[in-house]
Amino acid sequence: MNAVTPTRRSFLQTSGLILGLSLPAGRAAARAVAGGAPDALFAPNAFVRVTPGNQVIIVIKNVEFGQGPATGLATLAADEMDADWSQIAVEMAPANDALYANAALHTMGTGGSTSIATAFIQMREAGAAARAMLVEAAARRWGVPVSQVTASKGVVRHGDRAATFGELANDAAALSPPEKPVLKTPEQWTLIGTDVPKVDSAIKTDGSVQFTMDVRRPNMVHSAILHPPAFGGKMASVDDSAAMAVPGVLAVKPVPQGVAVYARDTYAAMRGRAALKVEWDLSAAERRSSDELLKVCAEAAAQPGVEAEAEGDVASALAGAAKTIEATYYFPYLAHAPMEPLDAVIEMNGDSMEMWMGAQMQVAQLSAAARVLGVPPEKAVLHQQYAGGSFGRRVEGTMAFPVEAASVFKAYGGRAPVKHVWTRENDLTGGYYRPIMVHRLRGGVDAAGRIVGWDQVIAGQSFARGTPMEAMMIHDGIDGTMVEGARESGYAFPAHRLGAHIVDSRVPTLWWRSVGSTHTAYSVETFLDRLLELGGVDPVAGRLALIEEDRRKGVLTRVAEMADWGAAVPEGRARGVAVHKSFGTYVAQIAEVSRGPEGVPRVHKVWCAVDCGVPVNPNVIRAQMEGGIGYGLGHALYAELVLGEGGVVQQHNFDSYRSLRIGEMPEVEVAVIASREEPTGVGEPGLPPIAPAVANAWRKLTGKAVDRLPFIHGDNR
Amino acid sequence: MKIMASGIAALALSAVALPIAIVAAPREGGEGLRPASSFATIGDPTQRSVAIFEEMGKVLQSPRCVNCHPRTDRPLQGDDQRPHDPPVTRGPDGHGAAGLECSTCHGPANVAFANGEGSVPGNPQWHLAPIEMAWEGKSLAQICEQIKDPARNGGKSLDQIVEHNAHDSLVGWGWNPGAGRTPAPGTQAEFGALTRAWVDSGAHCPAG
Amino acid sequence: MATEFTLNGASASFDGDPDTPLLWVLRDHLGLTGTKYGCGIAQCGACTVHLDGKNRRSCVTPVSTVAGRSVTTIEGVSGPEAEAVQSAWVAIDVPQCGFCQSGQVMSAVGLLKARPRPSDDDIDAGMAGNICRCATYVRIRQAIKDAAEAMEG
Repeated sequence: MNAVTPTRRSFLQTSGLILGLSLPAGRAAARAVAGGAPDALFAPNAFVRVTPGNQVIIVIKNVEFGQGPATGLATLAADEMDADWSQIAVEMAPANDALYANAALHTMGTGGSTSIATAFIQMREAGAAARAMLVEAAARRWGVPVSQVTASKGVVRHGDRAATFGELANDAAALSPPEKPVLKTPEQWTLIGTDVPKVDSAIKTDGSVQFTMDVRRPNMVHSAILHPPAFGGKMASVDDSAAMAVPGVLAVKPVPQGVAVYARDTYAAMRGRAALKVEWDLSAAERRSSDELLKVCAEAAAQPGVEAEAEGDVASALAGAAKTIEATYYFPYLAHAPMEPLDAVIEMNGDSMEMWMGAQMQVAQLSAAARVLGVPPEKAVLHQQYAGGSFGRRVEGTMAFPVEAASVFKAYGGRAPVKHVWTRENDLTGGYYRPIMVHRLRGGVDAAGRIVGWDQVIAGQSFARGTPMEAMMIHDGIDGTMVEGARESGYAFPAHRLGAHIVDSRVPTLWWRSVGSTHTAYSVETFLDRLLELGGVDPVAGRLALIEEDRRKGVLTRVAEMADWGAAVPEGRARGVAVHKSFGTYVAQIAEVSRGPEGVPRVHKVWCAVDCGVPVNPNVIRAQMEGGIGYGLGHALYAELVLGEGGVVQQHNFDSYRSLRIGEMPEVEVAVIASREEPTGVGEPGLPPIAPAVANAWRKLTGKAVDRLPFIHGDNR
Repeated sequence: MKIMASGIAALALSAVALPIAIVAAPREGGEGLRPASSFATIGDPTQRSVAIFEEMGKVLQSPRCVNCHPRTDRPLQGDDQRPHDPPVTRGPDGHGAAGLECSTCHGPANVAFANGEGSVPGNPQWHLAPIEMAWEGKSLAQICEQIKDPARNGGKSLDQIVEHNAHDSLVGWGWNPGAGRTPAPGTQAEFGALTRAWVDSGAHCPAG
Repeated sequence: MATEFTLNGASASFDGDPDTPLLWVLRDHLGLTGTKYGCGIAQCGACTVHLDGKNRRSCVTPVSTVAGRSVTTIEGVSGPEAEAVQSAWVAIDVPQCGFCQSGQVMSAVGLLKARPRPSDDDIDAGMAGNICRCATYVRIRQAIKDAAEAMEG
């Protein structure tokens, strides 16, 4: 199968401008030609195209940034269509809410691990409708009843007669789609539930896949931007003489977001950026350090806060407990740091605007950019690109990045297409972090070791506050994304209470892979481990006794079997367990750790059981568990984004914002639970259990509880 | 050209020009080496030799030298002598691991980063000192004995050590380490002259 | 004076600032965008190319230093190691977002050229300079082993 993007042909056109260099005839060129197929002949709905060349193109409405929707959505349609997987290609959908809105978000968008869940019926119906029309076309051509015609692997048959989808496309195009396409039963699936190869592995292995950063337009100018050194600051004045002296720099322009440098190439733009001399007005900026902000959160967390959830009388339960413990947890700001920094290309042709971007909310982001340029929506076109990672970073509730890219384009006067690329320094110092959080927990057990009370208070920043999302997300003083995973912890404590405080700051924050569960899974699962130990109860057996949901029990039981929980562990090592549900998906993990050379855990192996309903592509599910574990582990061990004195971010690049490397990646064994439940997401749920599983193992090994992340923080060593 | 933000009155201006703090900002420069001749006033040759070596020690124990004379398989980095990141290893011959050789990142000369925040160091000979020449964590006395020991100095005679210190191009990098790193004290010529004077005075080592 | 060098087997030249990193010459001037920018400071390895057959971070390689030398990028990498690595990569679906994978593939090919049968430790050491934020490391390791085995077979 091939992956096709709408801009493939324009890429080839710009490539043609290269002078003095003969490109070797490579795989990339061959694939691009194959992908540049003529217009589809048969387009029964918004998602399926059949070309005369017998290619089936599936239109992908979600952004593909590695989590696998291009493969997953194509699988759903292709299966119902009875297409052959080798004839499948994918194309990114245009920005069109009427056709491609995410049912959970009411606009085009990707988030909350909803891609497969919300498309499960929709994409299958699209494929089933196409199949019905192709079968009917064949039946009419051959003069036989529809009921006697079969389809399999892209070929429609009746007796000895056969026709490919491509051969039937012209006839099928003349028919009306069925009102209600009949879907297969699970027993009839041929692709769903199998490890079909990913549609984009080949182009991501030979360098031919195109990201926004790779887009080239005639006469394109490259821009870089310098932001204020503290959040909420503004430029007061800029001395651009040194920047303008850099060869290749074309212009320096103040923009609302900072100061933009325009140049003939990226190198000149970056050097120009480094040569800017700016005086900043920081009178309205956030000047508090991370430590000061965490202190504010800790003070708040010592108070009961707004009640998010409560049952029974916690105060009495704890007062009457045989033993009680308490702990305060500190969670730092975290950057998403996708490998491809944020970027966009904008071009105006007459009164029309074109934007190239790996947009996570296509319509909203395009519209935000168009508004800056005064372009009406119908004159704005998005060329959706593959995106080099996101982890939540590729859309802000404020639409900050597309607004910035459009502002930078506008300040240049619309004279040329502008490719606006953030440096890694922009990315790490640019805000929109996982918010800081402080959790205070108190719990107690009775004389028999049973947990009698659980009191949790969460204080931190809400990324919804002050954005258009506030009305939708904050109810009765509670931002659900701050308490998710703790409010529905899944444990039946006799008396429990959850309180929350929103602490305001001008540091922009955002959803970050698994959102609230990035911190709630950690505090709940590590504090529970301590309470179970206080009661003399085994971590697995103790959890099972408190869990009510069968599916949550199921993943925990399965992972314990996989790891042979309770068996002897190699000398110098210990194991810890955690289980968590996020975005409807249940994941349990067991981590085996030893003491690493830096005084932090060395994680040797992780066992993982996941129940995400119908496993559409088990291979992609395993990959997302592996990735979620690696991403979660790297941040838990090594990463924090620190605001130093004056609110200035201390980490600028990967030398100080440390990322997990291959030698630190554990072996991972994943079991995907067989299920007929509606499918739920896998992009995020693999992450929450890893940090608490490692922390629980570490406490068992060393006796040390880690209440301040990351592990490598000086307070823990 | 200076461009002012429009419409801002009575600004509270910050002196912060860039959101950039050079990582491992250079220490205050100007730390020099005493010339070899200034030790002539020490009458006792042994004491003179030891004093000269202690002066040489300012160079030998500077981060510029110790960082690539590590006691483990991983070099150090920066004025704060943190473990080298990416986590490289010395490999079979001090030129790095297969696939991640020193030359994967270090070229023939220092290269300033486009972001203006430092540089990657470079030299045509860039590599690690062999493990038997490790200086990291050792006292000056230990380093001294090691330097004199042909089994631990690459089989060099004292005259060859003088030549090495005075003229080796990779040693000389220590005084031209690129943006973001403090140069070794003095100059390579001064260091060479001190080494000559140390050898000529009997190449004695500090006690301890 | 233009810098002349060999690029993927053909002659290439660049007539701009000789300090320009090879990365940006490739991407912005010669149209070879398979080589990626991820950090600009030789921390992430997304910009890895081969210089005279060995792994090299193009983001810290002034184009002047490749004069007269041979540069290979992901668009032109070939030979038994490249074929084995790329086949293994696709066979087990290593890439997720894919942005770092050009660099991963180039580093893996360079590793196998220097060490045809790498141990786990060799893989850890040789690939330590390539960051994958999606953490596809489990599969990168497996694919390198698969490639080494395929080359023997």
